[in-house]
Amino acid sequence: MKISGAAILVEELIRQGVRIIFGYPGGYVLNIYDELYKKADVIEHILPAHEQGGAHAADAYARSSGKTGVVLATGGPGATNLVTGIANAYLDSVPVVFITGNVPVPMLGQDAFQDIDIVGVTLPIVKHSYIVKDIAHLQQIINQAFQIAATGRKGPVHIDIPKDVQQGFYDYDPNLPICDIPSTPPKLNQLNAAIELISSSQRPYIYCGGGVASADIGGEIQSFSKQINAPIGMSMMGIGSVPASFELNLGMNGMHGRYASNAAMSEADLIIAAGARFSDRATGNAGKYSANTSVIHIDIDSAEIGKNIRADAELCGDLREIMPLLIEKLAYVPQQSRGSWINRIKTLKDEDSTRFTDKFIPKNIIHTVNKFHGENTVITTDVGQHQMWVAGYYMFNKPRTLISSGGLGAMGYGMGAAIGACIASGKKRTVLFTGDGSFGMNLTELATAVTYKLPITIILLNNNALGMVRQWQTLFFENRHSNSSLERITDFPALAAAFGATGFLANTILELKTALKNVPRQGPCVIECKIGIDEMALPMIPSGGDISDMIR
Amino acid sequence: MTEKFIIGIIVSNHFGVLNRVAGLYAKRGYNIDSLAVGETDDPKYSRMTIVSTGDEYMKNQVIEQLKKLHDVKMVVLLDKDSAVSVEHMLIKLELSKEDKTTISDLINDYGGNVMDFGADFITAEISGSSEKIERFIEAAKKIGILEVCRSGLISIAQGKG
Repeated sequence: MKISGAAILVEELIRQGVRIIFGYPGGYVLNIYDELYKKADVIEHILPAHEQGGAHAADAYARSSGKTGVVLATGGPGATNLVTGIANAYLDSVPVVFITGNVPVPMLGQDAFQDIDIVGVTLPIVKHSYIVKDIAHLQQIINQAFQIAATGRKGPVHIDIPKDVQQGFYDYDPNLPICDIPSTPPKLNQLNAAIELISSSQRPYIYCGGGVASADIGGEIQSFSKQINAPIGMSMMGIGSVPASFELNLGMNGMHGRYASNAAMSEADLIIAAGARFSDRATGNAGKYSANTSVIHIDIDSAEIGKNIRADAELCGDLREIMPLLIEKLAYVPQQSRGSWINRIKTLKDEDSTRFTDKFIPKNIIHTVNKFHGENTVITTDVGQHQMWVAGYYMFNKPRTLISSGGLGAMGYGMGAAIGACIASGKKRTVLFTGDGSFGMNLTELATAVTYKLPITIILLNNNALGMVRQWQTLFFENRHSNSSLERITDFPALAAAFGATGFLANTILELKTALKNVPRQGPCVIECKIGIDEMALPMIPSGGDISDMIR
Repeated sequence: MTEKFIIGIIVSNHFGVLNRVAGLYAKRGYNIDSLAVGETDDPKYSRMTIVSTGDEYMKNQVIEQLKKLHDVKMVVLLDKDSAVSVEHMLIKLELSKEDKTTISDLINDYGGNVMDFGADFITAEISGSSEKIERFIEAAKKIGILEVCRSGLISIAQGKG
């Protein structure tokens, strides 16, 4: 039986296991919305305030659930509003399928109303993309898109479906084989070299990136760490994959990383990178970074190996295949106890311990929220100083509990992300840490959280400034605070109330605790915490520097 | 050390693929010296020959990144010295009476063909290595070049495999 292109899309989404879709209707997706209306009992549709919020929500949904996120938007502005969301998913390797409608095929490129070459616009920020010009290919393209998004190094896939393709009729095959993207077997020819490097190392250091979280392989990394007596440091994307409570976990490294984690990394004679790409934010001065260190690079993407930092041994493939193998092989090689290195790590960790007090400053605010919520609570952040405070001071013990924009560093990510993560959790309590700058970008999504009664606690660290910009201006531009002060007088609790949410103002740790206790069970709640304008996100290694340049 | 290198790739033959390949170079700021593309024996696939200049790092990055494109089916780095390579050129030359024999001799010496001519111009086709084509251009400069159109190098690996 022939069904419409729009119906083929919805049927295929269902067959691919999609049960949640974030979307915003418009002229070129009306046929799809008509089909979604009929299938509302199977696919839940979440309507954000803005397509960007929907894109971030789908991205966070994917990060926290491990499933592929799906976004639907109309052509033209609907599609261009997705661009930041697509870029965000691209730079953090998140599996999201973006679907846009467009003008009918004969009108493509004719500058008709809302005609934008969105596939052209997004070309450098997608893992793959399609314009469906022939309905005969529609089902297979959707099928393929889901597999491409979720295999190998994951990422966003975009499908642009012109309106006439949605309106055409074609056969739908419920038994079409699920597209098989052959995975390349791991390249292990340097496995022995890697084992040799590990065995002869005096001071190994394991550097975990987002790939460890994405592959859910934190447990093996922890065993590996114990097996070879090596500390673990992580990029922001790796946070949570190994519990913060694990004694050899030193926490985040890099520009705003913990002192102990960076010190250990710089003292190591071997860095074993797993699912990490040595971004400039993690390495600082790439030239000096591994000058006196050997590097083993384990990654699923062969293009990452040697891209930023040379590797002395490379193991290319899925961490889920490589880590167990590496652990097994190493079991036959006697490991050194590395007693002095472990002692050094313990000393560093002791030196780096944080003392929390009742003073109303960022680290204590983060700590208070941390104590109030269980370790399964998903924490989302926006981008800036507050993000670094969360990365540094919040103790993440469970994988996929920190959802944050890493590679793109997109202010405004947080509200959409909190919605997506909350929905992924089955509408459990979700926390968003944000700043007044970031919150200002997408706070209209409060309306979405109200509509869907999402229990999101929003901790708004309000310093009346674009804090990270101000910090750089203070440190590197002789205090010339150009356009970074926000002399707004927004009454955030009142704003929350106007949206139908709850709002509190906290000026002390005690007030914050009281506010946390009074957060309603349903719907979002904004807790505004007023902090000093000159608070800094420290420690910090200035761009291009190394541990000796660290500002503590 | 930078040097010219030749990459041969087999890609799906549909719209947008050229953009993806060219965009991959462009976003990293890598220049393409020449790019030639045409259908293979199977119309589902096209073959591209891309010549660019860069160091070992850039060469490896280009190859590894190309391999990741879903539309790219095969990537080979062709050895500049041993690969079988050819480039075509159409060149339009100014024709004055006294030059007529000189030009014909030059075209003959290079094994070229006259494709078009008139009272005051001649269009010739020259094929061969890029060096040969460049030598011809140098020689023709003395006569007077009106227009040059080069195809870019096409290359295939030496031997059967």
